[in-house]
Amino acid sequence: MAEASLDAPGAIAGSRHAGRNRIRALLAQPKVVFAGGFILILIVLAVFAPLIAPRDPLEQDLLAGTLPPMGFTGAEPGFLFGTDDLGRDVLSRLIFGTRIALIVAFVASALAALLGTLLGLLAGYFRGATDATVSRLVEIWMAFPPVLLSILVVAIMGAGVGSVIAAIAIIDWTRFARVVRAETMAQAQADYVVAARVLGFGRLAILFREVLPNVAPVLLVLLTLEMGIAVIVEAILSFVGLSVSSDTPTWGGMIAQGRQIIHQAWWVFAAPLAALFATVLAFNQVGDGLRRALDPVMQR
Amino acid sequence: MTAPLLSVSHLSAVSTRDGEGAILRDVSLSVARGEVHGIVGESGAGKSTIVKAILGILPRGIRLTGGAIALEERDLLTLDPDKRRHVLGAEVALIPQDPLTALNPGRRIGAQLTDGMRLWRGLSGKAAENRALALLHDVQMREPARVMRAYPHELSGGMRQRVLIAAAFALDPKLVIADEPTTALDVTVQKQILRLIRSLQERHGTGVIFVTHNLGVVAQICDRATLLYMGRVMEQEATATLLERPRHPYTRALIAACPRYDRPGQDLAPIPPDVIAACRAEIASLDRDGASHG
Amino acid sequence: MADLLIDARGVVVTYAGQRSLSGRRLAPRPVLHGIDLTIGRGETVGIVGESGSGKTTLGRALIGLLRPADGSIRFDGNDIVDLAETAMRPLRRRMQMIFQDPMSSLNPRRTIRSILSDPLLLHAIAADRAGAERRVQAVMERVGLPLALLDRYPHELSGGQRQRVGIARAVVLRPDFVLADEIVSGLDVSTQAQVLKLLGELKRELHLAMAFISHDLSVVRAVCDRVYVLSAGRVVEQGRCEAVFRAPAHAYTRALIDAIPLPVVDADWLTRQPVAAG
Repeated sequence: MAEASLDAPGAIAGSRHAGRNRIRALLAQPKVVFAGGFILILIVLAVFAPLIAPRDPLEQDLLAGTLPPMGFTGAEPGFLFGTDDLGRDVLSRLIFGTRIALIVAFVASALAALLGTLLGLLAGYFRGATDATVSRLVEIWMAFPPVLLSILVVAIMGAGVGSVIAAIAIIDWTRFARVVRAETMAQAQADYVVAARVLGFGRLAILFREVLPNVAPVLLVLLTLEMGIAVIVEAILSFVGLSVSSDTPTWGGMIAQGRQIIHQAWWVFAAPLAALFATVLAFNQVGDGLRRALDPVMQR
Repeated sequence: MTAPLLSVSHLSAVSTRDGEGAILRDVSLSVARGEVHGIVGESGAGKSTIVKAILGILPRGIRLTGGAIALEERDLLTLDPDKRRHVLGAEVALIPQDPLTALNPGRRIGAQLTDGMRLWRGLSGKAAENRALALLHDVQMREPARVMRAYPHELSGGMRQRVLIAAAFALDPKLVIADEPTTALDVTVQKQILRLIRSLQERHGTGVIFVTHNLGVVAQICDRATLLYMGRVMEQEATATLLERPRHPYTRALIAACPRYDRPGQDLAPIPPDVIAACRAEIASLDRDGASHG
Repeated sequence: MADLLIDARGVVVTYAGQRSLSGRRLAPRPVLHGIDLTIGRGETVGIVGESGSGKTTLGRALIGLLRPADGSIRFDGNDIVDLAETAMRPLRRRMQMIFQDPMSSLNPRRTIRSILSDPLLLHAIAADRAGAERRVQAVMERVGLPLALLDRYPHELSGGQRQRVGIARAVVLRPDFVLADEIVSGLDVSTQAQVLKLLGELKRELHLAMAFISHDLSVVRAVCDRVYVLSAGRVVEQGRCEAVFRAPAHAYTRALIDAIPLPVVDADWLTRQPVAAG
């Protein structure tokens, strides 16, 4: 049985489960709760758009063109955020636009993360030639102007959600690769990696079973930030008309449209801009909250 | 009976986190002029808390709940912060544990050595520099001029510690606090450093508080020692008495647990559970008495 | 010869050439200059030296973590220097390691249970999680840790408890050889005594051979049968502990011994120089 040990009194830290503590630390931050809630609402809107949106986003009604939002003179009931010059309901278009925004946000960032993490892990763990190759690749890749590169990708692949996602993933994987590589290099020095080798685990097994879980926190934070970036990039691409076809409503497309009629109907420009801003802010706040929640646990 | 150089009386401290756990329990000790006094104990015993209390650098999570610290009869705890800063800066010096982090990696050695001199003694640049060179010579540094212009990372661990010792004795302080100064050093370097501290201390007549967990070091460099366990003084004696005729069972057990190269086939005995239990009971009853006296 | 578990001859280890500021590749720096070392079954051998002596590097070479530039290292007759990882794996089960800093040697994101049972499953010593659990509980009890800690993460344990987990992990595979790399440096005297006592018991029960790396000669004396004294990558002295400590032949060994302060007041110790050779 355990002998009386002179380990510092009260040595066993109070927490029972580290995971539960991290979630608690996360939810203790009000901004995370709000931002996270907002994103959840967006997800609900995106999934149930046909049921929630008051009108068909594509339905044009030239008699109801450029109606201002509720509360302004000239507004008509049923068009909460007003209409654009073709009489399409801004709110409904906004809601449907959430679909594209979130699909791009989640899928594109996941793909960028996947590719970047894989290369970053390999480079950081195996070093030598692997690292040299990946690092050169990253440097060269980052030298390309991202906007031009994305236009090139879309031009080659044709317009559509797929090409937008591909463009973002192809450009932003470098961000993940660099961060994951650095974190992997730091973790790979730790004795627990040496211990795993001594125990007889293979190198790839060690990389994915031992190192990756310790790189995960940094990766997670970067992922949420990337979602915000993806939303903006999609908006830029649809602003220049390189995103989905002009029938499908996107926030960027709405902004482009709204820019042209900004004096007659400023709300067509302002509403999607506000949605964009709020969404990116929400992703950033969640990412920041994640970073805070995950850090102090490791310092214990 | 001359007044002691430093006198710590009934010092108590609690941790303000994790509920008010006691960190120091009624600790008293005194250091005479020219005496090397060891503060000995295992980790968590409270050694560094006492040092930080003397230097006025207690971290935010620790609060003093009673007692006094007097340097030549001036109570450091009740002095106003500015006056205390002056007294401590000019009369008390610290030799820290880790020579690497104690030096600013971005500044040359010479600049760091002369800081205190220019601040507290008002020496001009040239005078301070000359004094610094003399100090480096005192700590047996070869090529003092080169060391003055060097950066910390260019020196070995032992050399860095010598620089810190030079810095400590630069202002001719009355009290030097050595906080485990040799723990991070190789054993051959440790002996040189201990010899150096002792000779400087004897030459300047400085009082030294030597914090360590190593009973061997205590034996060879300390005149008297205070043994701490869980923030409480277990035994306080002249070193020879402490080690040869220990009174407290904890002291005896600690000595028995020390490995010795001059003894074959040792069966190192960890401190027996009943000794620990007795110590804890002793401390618990003192806590209760303290609480009832409020 | 067959009696030796570990037989290292002429081991040379160099660090890969660094790049100088001008970009030229500098010559590789030798860290170990041809070390000969043997460890018999059930024997505890101390490897002693100060920083820069190469003792850590030697330990890692013995356990197959780095490849020597020259020389041979045989484990139970098998040359491990040029062995591929797959061929090494069955041997790895028989040679384990305990680290100096248990905080960094335990994966912070794994439970204690996972840390102890994964090796059992890897080497198919336990057929399934249930079998592994039995062995894991047995080893936890053996090192004196409460079973409740199995669900915890390393940062929730105290330093002494983590060190015991490190020891448990090293012996859960019932190896023939354990490399202990400065495992008690930085521990309190009493915790050190506990760890050494536990190690001694496990050594006897499992008939372990051990390489005990330390800078502390007093600890080595208490634990080891034979000792190798390293300085600047070479063995300067070796032999049975009693002989080396009673009559050290090499000046460096004498300097090392002389530099150790014993817990006995000795007025001459500070000023005394080590006895010169001859």
